[in-house]
Amino acid sequence: MLGFIIQRLWQAVIVILAMSVLVFCGVYAVGNPIDVLISPDATQEIREQVIAQYGLDLPLWQQYFGFFQRMLHGDFGESFVYNMPVTTLILSRLPATFELVLFAVVGASVIGIPLGMYAGYKPESRTAKLIMGLSILGFSVPSFWIGLVLIMTFAVQLGWLPAGGRGETAELFGVDWSFLTLDGLKHMVLPAINLALFKLAMMIRLARAGTREIMLTDTIKFARAAGLSERTVLIRHVLRLIAIPLVTIFGLELGSTLAFAVVTETIFSWPGLGKLIIDSITSLDRPVMVAYLMMVALLFVVINFCVDLAYALLDPRLRRARA
Amino acid sequence: MTAALLEVRGLKTHFPTSSGIARAVDGVSFTLERGEVLGLVGESGSGKSVTGFSLIGLVDEPGRIVDGEIRFEGRDLVGQPTKELRRIRGRDIAMVFQDPMMTLNPVLSIATQMHLALEAHEKIGKEEARQRSIEALARVGIPSPEGRIDSFPHQFSGGMRQRVAIAIALLHRPKLIIADEPTTALDVSIQAQILAEMKALVKEFGMAMIWISHDLATVSSIADRIAVMYAGRIVEAGPVGQVLRSPRHPYTQGLLDSLPTRTSPGEELAQIPGTTPSLINLPSGCAFAPRCARANAECAVIPEEVYEDARRFRCHHPLPERSTP
Ligand SMILES: Nc1ncnc2c1ncn2[C@@H]1O[C@H](COP(=O)(O)OP(=O)(O)O)[C@@H](O)[C@H]1O
Ligand SMILES: [Mg+2]
Repeated sequence: MLGFIIQRLWQAVIVILAMSVLVFCGVYAVGNPIDVLISPDATQEIREQVIAQYGLDLPLWQQYFGFFQRMLHGDFGESFVYNMPVTTLILSRLPATFELVLFAVVGASVIGIPLGMYAGYKPESRTAKLIMGLSILGFSVPSFWIGLVLIMTFAVQLGWLPAGGRGETAELFGVDWSFLTLDGLKHMVLPAINLALFKLAMMIRLARAGTREIMLTDTIKFARAAGLSERTVLIRHVLRLIAIPLVTIFGLELGSTLAFAVVTETIFSWPGLGKLIIDSITSLDRPVMVAYLMMVALLFVVINFCVDLAYALLDPRLRRARA
Repeated sequence: MTAALLEVRGLKTHFPTSSGIARAVDGVSFTLERGEVLGLVGESGSGKSVTGFSLIGLVDEPGRIVDGEIRFEGRDLVGQPTKELRRIRGRDIAMVFQDPMMTLNPVLSIATQMHLALEAHEKIGKEEARQRSIEALARVGIPSPEGRIDSFPHQFSGGMRQRVAIAIALLHRPKLIIADEPTTALDVSIQAQILAEMKALVKEFGMAMIWISHDLATVSSIADRIAVMYAGRIVEAGPVGQVLRSPRHPYTQGLLDSLPTRTSPGEELAQIPGTTPSLINLPSGCAFAPRCARANAECAVIPEEVYEDARRFRCHHPLPERSTP
């Protein structure tokens, strides 16, 4: 196990290094930030002063090393637009996205897996067909459209839930969270549903396919022949046997949604990371873009690591191979 | 007179398929006394496994028992609600399958799987379950079971896995165990060991057993009585010695002739000509007729069962009885 962890740490370092080069070069090639920083009618003197201040006159590799050194200390520089440290800026937005995404992905799994397992367990039943119909809808209807329909229905027509914003927040570990207040939860419901629908559909499909396959195996026949109840068979045997693909998708979805919840956050004016990155792209706020992309890379490295650990916990056959 | 442990009468299990109804089991009858071992033989596809699964009510969808009785200790199991059947499975009637690589759950430890099997029929704490499981593993010949009970199936060899499966099946000391080709997937040397152990366990527990196999040789060494199945029907049944010494049905004779021990070395093994028929659209008469040297026009009608002492067979042209030499 220790060998496995060390090996993964090495891989993580290499991935992060490669990403830092790619991100830095990629962002460097996009536009000229000077045009954003300084009004067009500024004097040449001021221009040069600003360029020197941000180190934009140095060769690319020197800029990169400066960037890399600062990054190791968690310093991504200051946002051109907000005039505050990028790390602080991102951390102030992260909790909003984090709680929204966690609610959406966990909710989709907690609801989707049982529904999918039922659909796989009784594939011919009406309920199963209804569930599958729903999942097709979740796959094929575009997310922004569902978001608008949700707002139209529950916020505008019925007036049950607020249409946007984070609502009231409460502090925990020095961070503001919406889920700790009733008002905050109300604000979270619609965007969370909007984010969750596609994932729900995916979890249903995955759980159903796995369950259908496993139900036909001798393992299940043998468990039934021993007198196990259907409930025990499903929860103790089937769920464990289909867990690996479910955990994989859970991790991938968690990562990609944290990074790219842009559409939902925009529709529901949720002040999270998605909105921040879109703003920073339009305003060519380079330090924010770089820090954001590095954070996404780190996020995926961490999630992949957790998923791999989960594999080892879930499937004993993988433990020995890695020991 | 007390009822036999198991009495199967006219059992029919059919599978509706897109190309017609597969009559996997089509009128099977037999009786099993307490402690008796019945060998159920026949080529693969003859309906042996479906017979076994029918007994515990675990026929695969869309298959269904369409007719017949399964009297277990006098009570008919056909048509019993799932809940009742579940109470019998594993406790009164247990089953072991062919491929030990496929039966155990690869992601659960042996301890967990045995605990689940125990819990299915009684309230039992973790420690007690563990003790009982260790005893059960020791009984089927697993060395140092205390150390191995927390292992996972992939850490066992095929023979050991099958022993674990047998231990699970025996946890509740069932009155009947259905062993569906439990040695077929194993090495020959392991086959003999498991066969011998099963024989001893059955005796020790006073269990009845249905030993399913396509191999007459293994059946003959373990069974008291034998039933030969062909295309969903029992074509011949009787005490194992009598049936093997003097088979009356040409199919039984064919199976005997294809045993390696029956021919001298170098000689080619005799084979029954033709292949097992599809169970869909079987001819209305004797299903074996197309492959039978003795068949004639009479065989277009299903032969009635002929009873002779402890034996019975279904054939218009039975082989003559061989007198004991
Ligand atoms: N799940 C199923 N669906 C359709 N037909 C089946 C199914 N299971 C068994 N059968 C039919 O029953 C026949 C007998 O199967 P089986 O009892 O497994 O034979 P064996 O004697 O080899 O154990 C098969 O040839 C097949 O036609
Ligand atoms: Mg079989």
